[in-house]
Amino acid sequence: MAQTIAVEARNAVKEFGSGASAVRALDDVSISIREGEFFTLLGPSGCGKTTLLRLIAGFEMPSAGKILLNGQDITYLPPNRRPVNTVFQSYALFPHLTVAQNIGFGLEMQGRPASEVKATAARMLALVKMEAFANRKIGQLSGGQQQRVALARALAPAPKVLLLDEPLSALDLKLRKEMQIELKRLQLETGITFVFVTHDQEEALTMSDRVGVMSAGKLHQVGSPKDIYTRPVNRFVASFIGETNFLPASKVPGGVQLGCGAVVEVAGLTGTGTTTLTVRPEQVRLATQGEAGAIPATVRNLVYFGTDTHCYLSLSDGAEVIARLQSPSNGDVGLETGQTVALRLVQGAAQVLAD
Amino acid sequence: MADRNFNATRLPGFTPIALIVFALLYLPIVLLVAYSFSGGYSVSLFEGLTLEWYRKAWENEAVQSATLRSLTIALSASVIATFCATLAALGTTRRKAFRGQTFIYVMINQPLMVPEIVTAVALLIFFASIKVATGYQGLGYLIAAHSAFCIPFAYLPIRARLEGMDLSLETAAADLYATPWQTFRRVTLPLLGPGIIAGAMLAFVISLDDVVITEFVKSGGQDTLPTYMMGQLRRVMTPEVNAISSVLLALTVLLLTAFFLLTRKND
Ligand SMILES: Nc1ncnc2c1ncn2[C@@H]1O[C@H](COP(=O)(O)OP(=O)(O)OP(=O)(O)O)[C@@H](O)[C@H]1O
Ligand SMILES: [Mg+2]
Repeated sequence: MAQTIAVEARNAVKEFGSGASAVRALDDVSISIREGEFFTLLGPSGCGKTTLLRLIAGFEMPSAGKILLNGQDITYLPPNRRPVNTVFQSYALFPHLTVAQNIGFGLEMQGRPASEVKATAARMLALVKMEAFANRKIGQLSGGQQQRVALARALAPAPKVLLLDEPLSALDLKLRKEMQIELKRLQLETGITFVFVTHDQEEALTMSDRVGVMSAGKLHQVGSPKDIYTRPVNRFVASFIGETNFLPASKVPGGVQLGCGAVVEVAGLTGTGTTTLTVRPEQVRLATQGEAGAIPATVRNLVYFGTDTHCYLSLSDGAEVIARLQSPSNGDVGLETGQTVALRLVQGAAQVLAD
Repeated sequence: MADRNFNATRLPGFTPIALIVFALLYLPIVLLVAYSFSGGYSVSLFEGLTLEWYRKAWENEAVQSATLRSLTIALSASVIATFCATLAALGTTRRKAFRGQTFIYVMINQPLMVPEIVTAVALLIFFASIKVATGYQGLGYLIAAHSAFCIPFAYLPIRARLEGMDLSLETAAADLYATPWQTFRRVTLPLLGPGIIAGAMLAFVISLDDVVITEFVKSGGQDTLPTYMMGQLRRVMTPEVNAISSVLLALTVLLLTAFFLLTRKND
């Protein structure tokens, strides 16, 4: 399926300050965001997510590199001339205007006729289910309601791309879950390309078509949630998204050998030397003693989590492994601390990391 | 358990001292207002209740022209000062910190620091040479002088208002297709409104009350209300001065009350 690219950053670099005190907020980031997709930028605090959004919105100019919108270079276009809108983390709603006036602001600035501004504002109010609040001032709204108005205001001019900078981080958990669903619905209904920023990996996995994982100004991996979860390209991505096990290993023909001597099959591996094997806790299973490929281990601790039980194990060389075992109907996985068991890694689930 | 925080109101003698200070501050003013209703000629002896002095002041042509002049100067100066102060506040807050910022703050606020008498003498000499050169004797000198010393008073509330304003509102306006001018016109200015009005009112009151600089800068026959009253002190004092003072006081209190209402945090 041919995909048109909505926004693109080409070798974008952004430095703040100069000389010895310069901060490199973005370090040679290239990214292509497809039209109509829900794209999430995920990364720890300070990794440059907001900076990348600000370059796309036009609030900052890159120190080097380009920003393209539908193939056109917009690197130096001021924000008011970009068909891109932002939902700010602080909402940044105009306190001196009513809800309806806030929503109509963008259209009005574009010089649309008053009747169209009014009609669109009414449509947007309905879209975010805030019809009853049209004439309220912003100060009279709750956080969740302000969030909806901010969304409606940014969507009203029908931008090519909607940028959302951690729009849900100020909401409590319940409202947050509600708004996640709401956002997804709005994106599907409007068909607008969403670029969503979060540092919550669960939010990124559940909402996105594709995710870009960043740290320290660098973009590490772009892929579908399944891709980045099951095929992380490096240690940072593997550990930032979900829980995982890291096991030191050395390459042998057909796979890797763990410190305890066990050999794990890994397809397509070449060369020799030491490496790291990673496997998700839910891909570690109990095996019957003597089964081919079974790895002996000792149970160190068991933690019951309801649907599953986390089993902390150590291998004969002291390496630690966490296994997430599905709890049986009586809740008891039938293990005891100190017991010796055999482990098995689900076929194809173990990954060798590049670094 | 004993209250461990230092609490000034618990010090011995706090209440009596506070009462004495308040009395010293306000008793003379209360007396001044009271005697403006006195029927006699003395400003220190109360003789019957009357509005006679208010009527006398109202009909006094010298008072009339001084009042008109005071209002003209205060109105012109507060408009000019507020305009300059608004630009200065925008220029000093709506940008990243820059080299020499503190110097500019000091420059804007220097009329608050320089002794008024020094400014007055300097203006007297400066304007005298202009008067000689141009022959112009009008109110322009007073308006210019008042505008200058009113700027810092107008600047402070406007700057405070700007600093309390979320910068992201202007970013949001730009994001929503507003040009820089539209952003200013539709977002910054309306939100700045209360600060500007407060600044203008403060400037107005300060200009209305000024004696020292006015006394030095004015040409012959350019008395404002305060300098007229000062001139009266040198002659026979009647409760007419009390009546004028009371009206001036009422006006100032009114404006300052409005100022505080406008600059209140949660408006
Ligand atoms: N205006 C600025 N001046 C100087 N440094 C800046 C500026 N803006 C951002 N930075 C720095 O650039 C880096 C990236 O910042 P950015 O705001 O993009 O992070 P972020 O990923 O959005 O983080 P968070 O999740 O905390 O919002 C940080 O180290 C930050 O300190
Ligand atoms: Mg951020």
